[in-house]
Amino acid sequence: MYLSELTALPGVSGNENAVRTYIKKRIEPFCDRIDIDSMGNMMCFKKGTGNTRKTLMLCAHMDEVGLIVSRITEEGFLKFKTVGSIDPRVLVSKRVLVGEEGLPGVIGRKAIHLLSPDERKKAPKVKELYVDFGAKNKKEAEKQVSVGDYIVFDSEYHEFGDGLVKAKALDDRVGCGALLELAKESCAWDVCFAFTVQEETGLRGARLCARRVQPDLAVVLEGTTCSDIPGTDHNMVSTKLGGGAAISFVDGTTSFNRKLVAWLYQLGQENQIPVQYKQTATGGNDAGIIHVSAGGILVASISVPARYIHSPSSVISLRDYESVKALTKALMQEVEYADNIEKIM
Amino acid sequence: MKKELIQLAAADGISGFEYSLTDAVKKLMAPYCDTVEADTMGNVVGYIPSDNPDAKSVMLEAHIDGIGLMVSGISEDGFLSFVPVGGVDSAVLPGAEVRVYGTEPLYGIIGMKPPHLQTGSRDAAVPIDQMVIDIGLSGEDVRKKVKVGDMVCFAESVKALSGKVLSGKSFDDRAGLISLLLCLKELKGKKLPFHLYIVAAVQEEVGLRGATMVSERLAPDCAFVVDVCHGDTPDGGSESIFKLGSGAVVSFGPNIHPYLSSLAKTVAKEEKIKVSYDADGGDTGTDAWAVQVAGLGIPVLLLSIPLRYMHTTVETLHFDDVKAVGSLLCAMLLNLDLEALRCTFQN
Amino acid sequence: MLTILKKLCETSAASGNEEAVAKLIAEEIRPYVDEVYTDALGNLIAHKKGTSKKLMFAAHMDEIGLVATCYGEKGQVYVAALGGVSPQTALYQRVRFSGGAEGVLVPDGKLDELGKNLSLQKMYVDLGAKNEEEAKTKVALGETGVFGGSFVVQDDCIISKALDNRAGCAALIYGLQKAENNVNDVYGVFTVSEELGLRGAKAAAVGIQPDYAVALDVTPTGDVSSTNKRAVALGEGVAVKIMDRSFIAHPIIKDRMVELCEKHSLAHQLEVLEMGGTDAGAIHLTCGGVPSGCISVPVRYVHTPGEMISARDLQGAGELAKLLIEEGIE
Repeated sequence: MYLSELTALPGVSGNENAVRTYIKKRIEPFCDRIDIDSMGNMMCFKKGTGNTRKTLMLCAHMDEVGLIVSRITEEGFLKFKTVGSIDPRVLVSKRVLVGEEGLPGVIGRKAIHLLSPDERKKAPKVKELYVDFGAKNKKEAEKQVSVGDYIVFDSEYHEFGDGLVKAKALDDRVGCGALLELAKESCAWDVCFAFTVQEETGLRGARLCARRVQPDLAVVLEGTTCSDIPGTDHNMVSTKLGGGAAISFVDGTTSFNRKLVAWLYQLGQENQIPVQYKQTATGGNDAGIIHVSAGGILVASISVPARYIHSPSSVISLRDYESVKALTKALMQEVEYADNIEKIM
Repeated sequence: MKKELIQLAAADGISGFEYSLTDAVKKLMAPYCDTVEADTMGNVVGYIPSDNPDAKSVMLEAHIDGIGLMVSGISEDGFLSFVPVGGVDSAVLPGAEVRVYGTEPLYGIIGMKPPHLQTGSRDAAVPIDQMVIDIGLSGEDVRKKVKVGDMVCFAESVKALSGKVLSGKSFDDRAGLISLLLCLKELKGKKLPFHLYIVAAVQEEVGLRGATMVSERLAPDCAFVVDVCHGDTPDGGSESIFKLGSGAVVSFGPNIHPYLSSLAKTVAKEEKIKVSYDADGGDTGTDAWAVQVAGLGIPVLLLSIPLRYMHTTVETLHFDDVKAVGSLLCAMLLNLDLEALRCTFQN
Repeated sequence: MLTILKKLCETSAASGNEEAVAKLIAEEIRPYVDEVYTDALGNLIAHKKGTSKKLMFAAHMDEIGLVATCYGEKGQVYVAALGGVSPQTALYQRVRFSGGAEGVLVPDGKLDELGKNLSLQKMYVDLGAKNEEEAKTKVALGETGVFGGSFVVQDDCIISKALDNRAGCAALIYGLQKAENNVNDVYGVFTVSEELGLRGAKAAAVGIQPDYAVALDVTPTGDVSSTNKRAVALGEGVAVKIMDRSFIAHPIIKDRMVELCEKHSLAHQLEVLEMGGTDAGAIHLTCGGVPSGCISVPVRYVHTPGEMISARDLQGAGELAKLLIEEGIE
């Protein structure tokens, strides 16, 4: 299954090579042309079956949050910086893989016995942490690792509970996996399957795709926050695990076209696909930069709810993943009834 | 080039008012370029064409704006209130000498209430809105010569410290421009298989604005940005801090194209140019961040010169580092394979 | 100008849901321009054809507001902010949703305890609904709401909600209507989602590819506060912006604006704002760099239901827009 393989691949923002290579090999048979740009965004084009020359761009980002080596200490420890938004509190004592070779390492911090009472109460700062991969000293470490090497969480794909999955990088390999499967479907419009880079460093890659493709409609498939755990205020739950494909009406970077949002929701209901609204206005994704690019682009966002996002152990429901695929497939089939979209615009 | 750096760093020109520098920058670039032009936003662009008109193009970029102040109000009795332009550290302001660009350049001092009259703790920094610029004229005369929106620059010249260490304002990033010129000097007479743009960009300190505009307009196939990074001080810690005199700093990370950072590493080793390496998890806080996503995307490398006391009137650097960046740039241009760069992700 | 301003202020247009104001403006300006159209984001674009360089005006139509995100069991409607909504200011204000329902924004818990931690997250809109089911019939999820605040004219002073930026819209409408001719190829753009980060203007500029741009917006004054030294004061004339956090006005534009004010004896003041931004900030970075400026209407108490401007200043802003259209920028 794509998802288990995709989440196992390293793809920290700026180093999406493994993910791109994996996807390229599998999507090639279903596409007419593949463009890869100077940042590494991959745009896979598939001609539409209809007469209209309109383009639908379906987007998923290949990158995940992670770390980067910024200095090697005299003792052979690796000082690092975070790539993308990571809460330093999830880092302590996690297993990681360093560099292209994927050398196993651990994120270290002095033991609790050595922490002062004050230090125990405080969250660790990234500056205080380091990766230990067992090197004797700087000289030994430099034989295997260089400044600028990427570090990725070491976390296995694991199915558990009632149809749930735990893995790293579910944000946004769920989107990548969905697009891979959707590439087999037909659509009246031309479709560009855009696999973007560097979403986590600030929606960096998607803008280049938007400018190059200039689609009539863009749909971003994402893994989004889900905080349905105890202790969350009722109004900050955002999405519910197992509640279906999450449609955003507004988030921190986009105020979505209301008619398009309503149409998508209705599409789900008509096709017996579980859908829910993302019920907070926080966060953001590639839609934020796409909709203001190239003179303005109509955009929607459909997400798989993910608990503990941006940590080595995110959790999704496979049923939600199926719902996102089904809703997007329904959209690909219905988009040709142009009055739907034209009414929206 | 040391002389040119000393003159350029002492010249006045803050973000948005770089036109006071345009002529000086044009003159510096002219000996190396076929054409030198300033665009409507004030970016100065020098052009060295390749023999092949269909060749690709490469951009070398440094920003020329400095941080400074702007007049925001004039009191009844002629004191000027002001706002910062760019990231000014308000701690360096009390007692600083300035030039106010009214109808003519006017000398002024930044004043605040004497310590004896201040209420509250002296441990707290003085907020910028409690300081004034005093140009020593009556309210009436001030209003004749100064208006809201006038540029205010630090009146500070460059001084040589021990050895090759220099201290002054605006080395950030006029030193970067000098590195570009050193590179051009070294390149003189050599043919390159691509067109070269040399860009002195405006408005970096207020949000990478000049670079955003000029790189979209020129749309080069590859870009090198030179800026400053933090030099070593007793109180600065050790993360992303570099010793003065330790050479050029090469950046790695998502902002940087991997072909270019690895080329820098190889070339530095082969040419025995002193370098250190730094990595950022995302935003490098330099024009490289804007250049990377301009237009349809531009592969970019950031090279930095270690600098102590950044954004003060006594920014301090080692001239050998400026030279090291110039030499590294030159060696990289001679070894740059744009086709290999283009193919990086086409596996 | 006050008649149209009143209509504009009394129409709701929270960021992302500007259609009602766009419709009103389109009707006002259609007879005076060559074409009026809307882009993919909802920006309303009025085109007055001309032979010289493209000059784009931008006035944003949206106002700060709220969006319904979630219901509570007792009929509460939880909301999130659209734009810079201060929880302290918003407390106990009337909220009008786009579907017509009205309610009051109240704290979710004891106000004393929430104290400084008061945030929209800890507030909800009370519609008087008995339960969740009833609330659902009144307000849909994703529906936007705006704050109340009636329109009052008192001598030279105008008080209303949404003067940010219906004042700018009114001035641009005035300019487009009154200009007897135009030099430049003029685009009057009424933008969306400015309060969410200059979003509409950014897209519109790339679509239009202007040579020059002028935003019309409000600017906070320093005349009543003892804590800041902003020089701009209410009633002293239209403000010509020199700088804010989003951009530095280009000499071509700001000098032309000052020149026109002086030539036509239009009261004006120079403005340096240490905060904030306008559509010009987004526009000037597009298309390889667009020399830009901003016509500002001084305002007190911005982003509250009691925003206050001077009718004279507003008239000045309208006149300056008209002069820029008639005499142009070369």
